[in-house]
Amino acid sequence: MSQDIAILGVGMHQWGKWGANFVEYGVKAARDAIADAGINWRDVGFVSGAGTVRCGYPGYVAGATFAQALGWQGAEVNTSYAACASGSQALAAARSKILSDAADVALVVGADTTPKGFLKPAGGYRPEDPDWVRFHIGITNPTYFGLYARRRMDLYGDTQDDFAMVKVKNAKHGYHNEYTRYKKLFTAEDVAASPMVADPLRLMDICATSDGGAAIIVSSMDYARKIGKGDAPKVAAISTVTPTFAGAVVEMPDIATDSAVAMDARSFRADLPKKAYEEAGIGPEDISLAEVYDLSTALELDWMEDLQLCQRGEAASLLRAGETTVGGKIPINASGGLACFGEAVPAQALMQVCELTWQMRGQAKGRQVEGAKAGITANQGLFGHGSSVIVKT
Amino acid sequence: MGKKAAIEGWYSLDADKPHLIGTQCQSCKTYYFPKQSTFCRNPDCQSENFEEVPLSRTGKIWSYTNASYQPPEPFVAPENFEPFTIAAVELDREKMIVLGQMIMGIEPSDIKVGDDVELVMDTLYTDEDGEKLIWKWQPIGGSS
Repeated sequence: MSQDIAILGVGMHQWGKWGANFVEYGVKAARDAIADAGINWRDVGFVSGAGTVRCGYPGYVAGATFAQALGWQGAEVNTSYAACASGSQALAAARSKILSDAADVALVVGADTTPKGFLKPAGGYRPEDPDWVRFHIGITNPTYFGLYARRRMDLYGDTQDDFAMVKVKNAKHGYHNEYTRYKKLFTAEDVAASPMVADPLRLMDICATSDGGAAIIVSSMDYARKIGKGDAPKVAAISTVTPTFAGAVVEMPDIATDSAVAMDARSFRADLPKKAYEEAGIGPEDISLAEVYDLSTALELDWMEDLQLCQRGEAASLLRAGETTVGGKIPINASGGLACFGEAVPAQALMQVCELTWQMRGQAKGRQVEGAKAGITANQGLFGHGSSVIVKT
Repeated sequence: MGKKAAIEGWYSLDADKPHLIGTQCQSCKTYYFPKQSTFCRNPDCQSENFEEVPLSRTGKIWSYTNASYQPPEPFVAPENFEPFTIAAVELDREKMIVLGQMIMGIEPSDIKVGDDVELVMDTLYTDEDGEKLIWKWQPIGGSS
C-alpha cells in the first residue's frame, strides 16, 4: 500500500532578524500555505506544530499556539520538538494521522525568533552537563564544524577554496529566492577576507541564526484527487531515525564518542537517509536535487556523501565541476541553503520541503532544476534526531 | 596556592603520566568518558555494573581545529585571549574519540590527521583559588 501523502500547499515568511513574535512568522507562512493549497482554514483537521524552546510556553505548545492565532476551529493539535529535526517530526506526525485515516488535511508549521548574541549554557559549576563541560574547556559549535572540515582536507585533499566555492554557489542560488535572509552574490574573495573562526573555517563558511517560518498543507491522496490535485507533489518518505550505537563521529555537544569496543562504529549521518530511500523505494540515482543541512560549507560536502550522491571523498570534485550548481547533474541547496537562510530551528526542515515542492512543480523562480522528479532533504537535531524527507512528483 | 583539577574526578593529576578516568561496563566491556555508571548504552547490554578505569594516555589525531575567538562562559578567559588549537583524538584500546585542547604553541599547521599525541596536564585558567588544571594533548616525538 502506498505511504504517499500529497503536498497541497506551501508557504514561508521571509527569514531575517526581525525581532517580532514567532507566532507572526508562523501565521504568515500558514496562511500562505492554505491559500496555495486552495483550501479553507476550516478544512484543516490536524495542526502539527514544530516546537521552539526559545519563545516561552507558547513555543512548547506551538501547534495549539498557531491554531489559536489562526482562529480555534476545533482541529486536533500536536507539537513536536526534536531540535533541528522538529519540522520533520511534525511532518511525520501529520503523515501518521493522515495514513491512519484520522485526518484528511493537516497543517504542519514551524517558526522561531532567535535571541541576539551567543547561545550559552547556564552558569555555575555543572560538570554533569556535557554542554557546560565543553564550553568550559573552550569547545563551541564551530569547533565541531572545524574538525569535520579539517578531516576532509587531510583525508580527501579538499581545500579552503573548495569550501568558499560552496558559499559562492549557495549565495548564487539563494539570490533568486524571495524568502532568503542574505541576498548577496558573495565572491571567493569575500569569504577569504572574513575572519577565521574555527580553522579552516571562516565566518562566512558558517551559518547564522535567523528568525523565520515555514508551513505545509498535506492531505491524503484521496482528498487531493477529490479537489482536483491528484498530481500534486508527494511526501514519499520521512526518516526520523536515531543513531545506532556505537557512534563513530564526535557530535555536539559531546566531548567524546561512544566506545566501539562491543559494537562496530557507525556514522549517524550516513545511516540517516537509508530508511528514507528504502521507504520511497528509490535510490540515490533517482534523486534530481538535495537540500542539505549546511551548518558549514564543508558539511554540505559531507552530506552529499552521506546521502550517497557520490562516493566518499568525491564531493569536492563534483562541486569544482559545477555539478552541484543548478544546471549541473545533482544541484545541492538550490534554495540557497542555511548559508542564505540561517538557522530558524523549528522551520528549517520544513523550509527544505517547501523548496522541493516548488522544484517539483517547476515554480522555483531563477533556480529551477529542469525536470526535477525527486528530491531528498537532510537535517540533524542535537541529541540524536535524524531528519530526511523525500519529495517526488 | 595549589594546583587543582578544573573538573573534579575526571582525570588523575600525576605529574608524570596523567590519564583520563573513565568507566567500563563489566558485561560488554564498553568504555565511557565522561564516566557512566547507571545504564550501558549498548542496545544489547542490560548491565548496570561499571568500574572506574584509567583511559589510554596516547592516541592518534582524528581531526583538529582551533578557537580563533574567545569562547563564551563558562569558559574562563585570560586577560589577553590567545587562539588555541583543539584536537579530537582516537584512543586505540577504547575505540573512542576524545576532544581536548592541544598544548599552547601548537598551531593547526603543525599537525596532521593520524599524528601521535599524549595526554598532559596543563593550566585551563588561574583564579584567586589558584591554578586549575585540565587535560591537553601534546605531540609525541614531534619537534614542534
